[in-house]
Amino acid sequence: MSSQAMAVETRKNLDPNDVILEVTDLKKHFPISAGIVFQRQVGAVRAVDGVSFQVIRGETLGLVGESGCGKSTTGRTILQLYRPTEGSVRFEGQELSTMSGNDLRQMRRRMQIIFQDPFASLNPRMTVGSIVSEPLQIHRIYSNKQERQQYVEALMEKVGLNPYFINRYPHEFSGGQRQRIGIARALALEPSFIVADEPISALDVSIQAQVVNLMEELQDELGLTYLFIAHDLSMVRHICDRVAVMYLGKIVELGPVDEVYDNPQHPYTQALLSAVPVPDPQVEENRQRIIIAGDLPSPASPPTGCNFNTRCPVRFDLCFEEPDPPLIEVRPDHYVSCHRVT
Amino acid sequence: MSVLLDVKDLIVRFYTQEGTVYAVNGVSFELEEGETLGIVGESGSGKSVSSLALMGLIPSPPGKVESGTVTFEGRDLLTLKPDQMRLIRGKEIAMIFQDPMTSLNPVLTIGTQITESLKLHEGMNTSQSRKRAADLLDMVGIPDAYRRLDDYPHQFSGGMRQRVMIAMGLSCNPKLLIADEPTTALDVTIQAQIIELVKQLKDEFNMAMIWITHDLGVVAGIADRIQVMYGGRIMESGSSHEVFGDSRHPYTEGLLGSLPRLDSSGEEKLTQIEGSPPDMRNEPAGCPFAPRCDVREHLNLERCWDERPPLETVPNAGGDETHVMSCWADIREGVA
Repeated sequence: MSSQAMAVETRKNLDPNDVILEVTDLKKHFPISAGIVFQRQVGAVRAVDGVSFQVIRGETLGLVGESGCGKSTTGRTILQLYRPTEGSVRFEGQELSTMSGNDLRQMRRRMQIIFQDPFASLNPRMTVGSIVSEPLQIHRIYSNKQERQQYVEALMEKVGLNPYFINRYPHEFSGGQRQRIGIARALALEPSFIVADEPISALDVSIQAQVVNLMEELQDELGLTYLFIAHDLSMVRHICDRVAVMYLGKIVELGPVDEVYDNPQHPYTQALLSAVPVPDPQVEENRQRIIIAGDLPSPASPPTGCNFNTRCPVRFDLCFEEPDPPLIEVRPDHYVSCHRVT
Repeated sequence: MSVLLDVKDLIVRFYTQEGTVYAVNGVSFELEEGETLGIVGESGSGKSVSSLALMGLIPSPPGKVESGTVTFEGRDLLTLKPDQMRLIRGKEIAMIFQDPMTSLNPVLTIGTQITESLKLHEGMNTSQSRKRAADLLDMVGIPDAYRRLDDYPHQFSGGMRQRVMIAMGLSCNPKLLIADEPTTALDVTIQAQIIELVKQLKDEFNMAMIWITHDLGVVAGIADRIQVMYGGRIMESGSSHEVFGDSRHPYTEGLLGSLPRLDSSGEEKLTQIEGSPPDMRNEPAGCPFAPRCDVREHLNLERCWDERPPLETVPNAGGDETHVMSCWADIREGVA
């Protein structure tokens, strides 16, 4: 545990405005090919299409949007699980997009991911002990087997699993417990940055709060930085410090979470927030919803002009002529990309 | 208003190789004409199984409706023969399922699937039923409806498929529509579209509706009454204002406390319900929530383990007799 303690120690000495991750104009296009013998590229799914943001050490940045908006692809491209088509990802001062092989593997000790589906992301044929200790073996930490087991047991305890279950298999656990195993695995290498890709959306309501509270406790204890990818906007408000709203591969609004939720500037953010139901009949009776018509356009053929112009309730001529404008700071730290807001 | 549906002491079990699953353990409720009932519960709470049971859709074997009555307009649905039940299903009671991709047949056109019940129940011929099907699709907001009758389900997006499901459900003007997590697979903006649509159609058709969900937020906006289920039993039931505003059961209280709210900044920690949902293969002798209940722990109540609390009007209900709950303790008073 010594290096973990050290990590917390060094964090105290750092400038609180320290940028741990800087993403600049990140793009990830998946090719669409045609032809049986001679494969040729006929188009591209623009899953992530020019995304820039910074993550400050120790904060939780939320990445929200509907399915297909590119939020998960952004998370995976940052970790280089997908290689970016264009753009730069700087993590703790080092450029990841050009890094490969062993250098990249070493960086993976500092950045980890928690997956959405705790049923699919754990190997059913491995015990909890071997799942959690696999990263340690790959990186050759704790060559002594007994020490390693002790460390794994300590990790299990930290995430609220009984170490007695170290030799059990994933199917013997409930969904919430499996997600705890996923968290223990992510923590094994003592990373500083974790991408949490919809970590609670597969869990029952009463279990979601357990996992979120655990993530918050671990953040306080270990000084973790989270990129929290989610579509549950209420939970994002609870857990995140800042939030980025994505639509069709681009960030349309970015800012401190209370500021964005109380003063949404982009028409998409406004519609998205108004669509979220509140568990209070009195509030629901008096709420005005902005219903946006239609579906998300295909990221393989985004509309010309602003991406949101097919569904936007306040669109005007410029929205069809000019592509969406760059993010503009409308209030302190609050950025919006919209032709209406200039 | 008169009672449309009266469910009494419904017990459903599944006899599987891993043992008996006690899915629904004595559920009783009434539904009035034109009323919307929201059934809330987590996975395994028995909310879907109880509604499948009243439609006569429990796969048997392994499932079996052990006892209970389901009285719909004076007839006990559980005693009807399969061909009598078929005349009610789809015509009098219709159902919308969670996943529109798996509940539509991928090799039949949308038109074929909607006209099937029109031909069966309304005795329409092909051209009449196609015209009516196109009207229905138009009503649920599918553009260019007549031409789209010949499209297959994969040619529709998720939200559009759910609209098709709603059109199918409404095709014979049912008196009761059961919606089983109809928006769970959809994005929030599409969910808002579907909820608005259902609200508007419900008033138009004057249907009663049962809306099954795990999302307390969704039912807060549409249900007249809320019924909270856990471990195959009803924990609390009442008007939505009572259940949300004056919740009396430790489980309801815990659920509401564990939900972050969109309309308030989340500074304080979420209150969590400890433990995991129950294993339904063990029939609890007492209250199914007892192992996770902090009120039981705090008051050190022994009877929660051995005796099932009856579903009774909450103490000091303020004149509202319909607000009932099943708990030995009174969390407002802090005493048993």
